[in-house]
Amino acid sequence: MVKQTGTDLVKRGMAEMQKGGVIMDVVNAEQAKIAEEAGAVAVMALERVPSDIRAAGGVARMADPTIVEEVQNAVSIPVMAKCRIGHIVEARVLEAMGVDYIDESEVLTPADEVYHLYKRDFTVPFVCGARDIGEATRRIAEGASMIRTKGEPGTGNIVEAVRHMRMMQAQIKKVISMSEDELMTEAKNTGSPYEVLQEIKRTGQLPVVNFAAGGVATPADAALMMQLGADGVFVGSGIFKSDNPEKFARAIVEATTHYQDYALIVELSKNLGTAMKGIEISTLEQKDRMQERGW
Amino acid sequence: MINIGVLALQGAVREHVRALEASDVHVIPVKKVEQLEELDGLVFPGGESTTMRRLINKYGFYEPLKEFASKGKPIFGTCAGAILMAKELVGHTEPHIAVMDMKVERNAFGRQRESFETVLKVNGIGNDVPGVFIRAPIIQEVGDGVEVLAEFEGEIVAAQQGPFLACSYHPELTDDNRMHQYFVNIVRKNTVHA
Repeated sequence: MVKQTGTDLVKRGMAEMQKGGVIMDVVNAEQAKIAEEAGAVAVMALERVPSDIRAAGGVARMADPTIVEEVQNAVSIPVMAKCRIGHIVEARVLEAMGVDYIDESEVLTPADEVYHLYKRDFTVPFVCGARDIGEATRRIAEGASMIRTKGEPGTGNIVEAVRHMRMMQAQIKKVISMSEDELMTEAKNTGSPYEVLQEIKRTGQLPVVNFAAGGVATPADAALMMQLGADGVFVGSGIFKSDNPEKFARAIVEATTHYQDYALIVELSKNLGTAMKGIEISTLEQKDRMQERGW
Repeated sequence: MINIGVLALQGAVREHVRALEASDVHVIPVKKVEQLEELDGLVFPGGESTTMRRLINKYGFYEPLKEFASKGKPIFGTCAGAILMAKELVGHTEPHIAVMDMKVERNAFGRQRESFETVLKVNGIGNDVPGVFIRAPIIQEVGDGVEVLAEFEGEIVAAQQGPFLACSYHPELTDDNRMHQYFVNIVRKNTVHA
């Protein structure tokens, strides 16, 4: 019997299994165990969470493989890791380590100012950030098996993730309701590959799952993103920069599952301690806006 | 019309709903314990078994699910769902819902890069059933009364014990609805007898 690895179905299917779940940023084995215990569907192994990357400045790169290995050994849920945009070798290194998913991420300093990775060449699946249908469909055409909103990472401010999710949902609905003869101009105007728009129109949905990321800081934020149509949620700095990570992590998982159960979210939100300190987006200079990275 | 639920705490719920609806049954995504009452059968979807188990405990599903199974109501588990159904798990002291006499090993083929597609011979269904294995478990051993339905490279990947059906792969990710049709037939027969 033939056995084919790295097919679209296998790569996209992996992301389908994560639906309705929370993926948490962790920097060591201890945090990874807390995340798994809290019910995370996967962890993202990093050297620093986005808010610390912001604070540290300089060039942010792929994590030290030791950290990724430490996390891989600590948990049985899938382990993701980030490589720089366009950094073929960082991606190959992570693939060689057996990482379950790679995030070609704007949180790290881009390695290529023109091109993203050709992700179809890899056996490992990729997730990429997007702000609108153009970015999402270009990444999908390059081979991304999962999309997430960019939001504005490390700010604890949900406003950008909301903007990106609303934009994508509105654009997807528009494509679905368009007639065939309008599709090419829409492709031109949004910078979307024509074939991917055709697929969206035919199937009535984005061909891959779309998670929310970039600024989720509270259980209510996670539930908000689910209500806006996210398939699941990435929480970066929000959990381990809060006062009580265990409690916070559990509350975010439950709020994501039961995002329309407001009485439950009331209970989940009580006495959680202080959430991460946020950043108002207008105080960020253009150069500090990670969402502008990617092309 | 018969009612089949899909446990909707986490995972690929929508895909199971679509596959079951193709067999002309009423499908209910189950988020609350009370919903189990109206069901003739239940699907445990693929997803992360540790996450699902945490939410099962948190929302008081544990005992009601065991009770559902003890009444002999049919359950179908795919991948993580099969893990929930096993009475024994390799490397774990405690099983989850524990309804089938089988020993299951999680992530038995390795990490995601080892995930694969193939074509399977499944007894009672066909010799051309698509098998999508994603960080899939295998069924290492089965007890008396458990019928092996499919093997891949010498490992058991689908099995049935009376009203309980489990497979390592994800029929819900394909357009081939025969596994679901097979389960619906189990539910129909069971409903007639009940």
